[in-house]
Amino acid sequence: MSIKKFTGAEIVIHSLHKENTEFVFGYPGGAVLNIYDAIFQLKKFKHVLVRHEQAAVHAADAYSRSTGKVGVALVTSGPGATNAVTGIATAHMDSIPMVIISGQVPTHAIGQDAFQECDTVGITRPCVKHNFLIKKIEDIAPTIKKAFHIARSGRPGPVVVDIPKDITAEEAVFEYPSEIELRSYHPVEKGHQGQITKALELLISSKKPMVYTGGGVVLGDASEQLTKLIKKLEFPITSTLMGLGGFPADENQFLGMLGMHGTYEANMAMQECDVLIAIGSRFDDRVIGNPDHFLSKPRKIIHIDIDPASISKRVKIDIPIVGNVKSVLEDMNEIYSTLEKNHDKKIQSDWMATIEEWKSKKSLSYKNSDKVIKPQYVVEELHKVTNGDAFITSDVGQHQMWAAQYYPFNKPRRWLNSGGLGTMGVGLPYAMGAQLAHPEAQVACITGEASIQMCIQELSTCKQFHLPVKIINLNNRYMGMVRQWQEFFYGNRYAESYMDALPDFVKLAESYGHVGLQIEKPSEVTDALKEAFSEKNKERLVFLDFLTDQTENVYPMVPNGKGLSQMILSEDL
Amino acid sequence: MRHIISLLMENEAGALSRVAGLFSARGYNIESLTVAPTEDPSLSRMTIVTSGSDDVIEQIIKQLNKLIDVVKVLDLNDGKHIERELMLVKVKASHQYREEMKRISDIFRGRIIDVSDNTFTIEITGSSTKLDAYLDSLDKSAIVETVRTGASGIGRGDRILKI
Repeated sequence: MSIKKFTGAEIVIHSLHKENTEFVFGYPGGAVLNIYDAIFQLKKFKHVLVRHEQAAVHAADAYSRSTGKVGVALVTSGPGATNAVTGIATAHMDSIPMVIISGQVPTHAIGQDAFQECDTVGITRPCVKHNFLIKKIEDIAPTIKKAFHIARSGRPGPVVVDIPKDITAEEAVFEYPSEIELRSYHPVEKGHQGQITKALELLISSKKPMVYTGGGVVLGDASEQLTKLIKKLEFPITSTLMGLGGFPADENQFLGMLGMHGTYEANMAMQECDVLIAIGSRFDDRVIGNPDHFLSKPRKIIHIDIDPASISKRVKIDIPIVGNVKSVLEDMNEIYSTLEKNHDKKIQSDWMATIEEWKSKKSLSYKNSDKVIKPQYVVEELHKVTNGDAFITSDVGQHQMWAAQYYPFNKPRRWLNSGGLGTMGVGLPYAMGAQLAHPEAQVACITGEASIQMCIQELSTCKQFHLPVKIINLNNRYMGMVRQWQEFFYGNRYAESYMDALPDFVKLAESYGHVGLQIEKPSEVTDALKEAFSEKNKERLVFLDFLTDQTENVYPMVPNGKGLSQMILSEDL
Repeated sequence: MRHIISLLMENEAGALSRVAGLFSARGYNIESLTVAPTEDPSLSRMTIVTSGSDDVIEQIIKQLNKLIDVVKVLDLNDGKHIERELMLVKVKASHQYREEMKRISDIFRGRIIDVSDNTFTIEITGSSTKLDAYLDSLDKSAIVETVRTGASGIGRGDRILKI
């Protein structure tokens, strides 16, 4: 009996199936026609046809962010791959596990400037965790196996697999490896026990301890372990934009987000603490402001991270702990139970009182209006209408910050946004990925009239796949964050930040077959939100176009280059 | 401070550009870079001479280790090591200078490997500073052409970079 052979394209599909791929987000083209034919014939997963390759990668990215599984995207060669680059770079900056399969021109045509040829491996090299160009059919299965392994292990990230068209037409035996060994890649899992003990001893002897967590807690599924430990320690805790939901926002210990638009109490506590423990976070410029100012206060710093290169990159660390955040926190919980008797929480009581004082400033308060819709109010009402339990995606700008400030997250993987790269246009495709992964859940995309237009074509994808996402468009007719910087730092010269010639978003939504509503009065906000999430619109995408206050600013704000305690606070305070 | 970093990496297409790309993307200096396959043809060994503060060097080592194709990294400056560089120098050696050129090359233990009516080509190996010293000892106008390999380095005694 002869051994069954498969085409390269079929091997791609079977390999993805072996990795339990549920969805592939993609767009066909010449170099991937064989693969699309195999998708059609084998029916191993659901293919989600987007309207632009950038959205394919963003949607796969959101599928991953909201589930923890590896997202998969499929694009053709040349422009397909270059369109995907923004999505890949976005995922790379936020360490999202993804596999992106790209078609390539046939092997013999590579380097000949063939039609739709580009050096995909070369172009994506600086914005992937790793990438591969397949040279022969026998390599397809083991390379896809490696790609998934690399994407999801260690510090996760996107992996590109570039496959020339001729190889997808050849035939070979298919055997998917059960194990893969990479001699050059052994991510550390377990943290050093001695360091962990040392860190805990330092923490419990501290008079002014502070906990600062990041996206690593969410990506490492370590929320449960973190919450357990911090509740026992009774320490104040803050989170970066990427880490929101890692610790329940409802808890009194949670001081809100820190950083450029962080709360007064979180930023002050970061600056004034004497022992800081950073967990799955990386001392980003938007988080600690000016590093020299940050370091002007002496404090001991403990840093837990899976990536050794994140440690002592921007700020010198006293006790580094390299390891998987979840495993390290498990160990910390265990070791703390033996040290707990030595922990005299009274020595921290002055510090807790100071923090309460900072909190009483209520740095997020704003003056609501009955004439013009305040964007903060819309987000607060959205939180009420969705019982704080929706998947929230955002684009980039003021609305993103308001979403982070006024929609408190109690669960991880509920808040999807582009924190690292800051990619406008992710909001709608992120909502698509989250809704496909969680068909019964409420998914809302908080966006602005500028960002939403960067991937607006995906309204069509939403129609095709019946994705009932709710778009909360905070429409202030400006690129709000650009305008805010121009107001603060460029003498009110609003260079090119006014959004002229806007479409009628209601008609636009309707033309794609969705529901559109424009809301002008503050009194109509709640009812509009309730209608969007009502039973009547359960199956429908609803585009809510809120005409909001044009001059509202995001506060507090740490100006670029300033220190965390040098915040500008709202004039309303 | 100048550091000499040795690394073993998968001998695969694109591996070199990952290292070179890392240095340019993160703004690290490369003074020289040499690479060739090892006795195990699946591995390449690279020597990078770079410079930076201790913090920068620490980041360079960590970032290199992070590359999937890099198997092992060693900062040779962390211990005793030997470094050698090969240079070929073509110098003017017309009649009246021939003896002088021969003498200087002997002092630096260079070997004359090609002779023409007006030139010598000299092969010289040593540490990079020795090669610099040799060039400094020549009259600038006498140097016709130089080519240097960049430094290769190896640890002394039991310091071994191998998988």
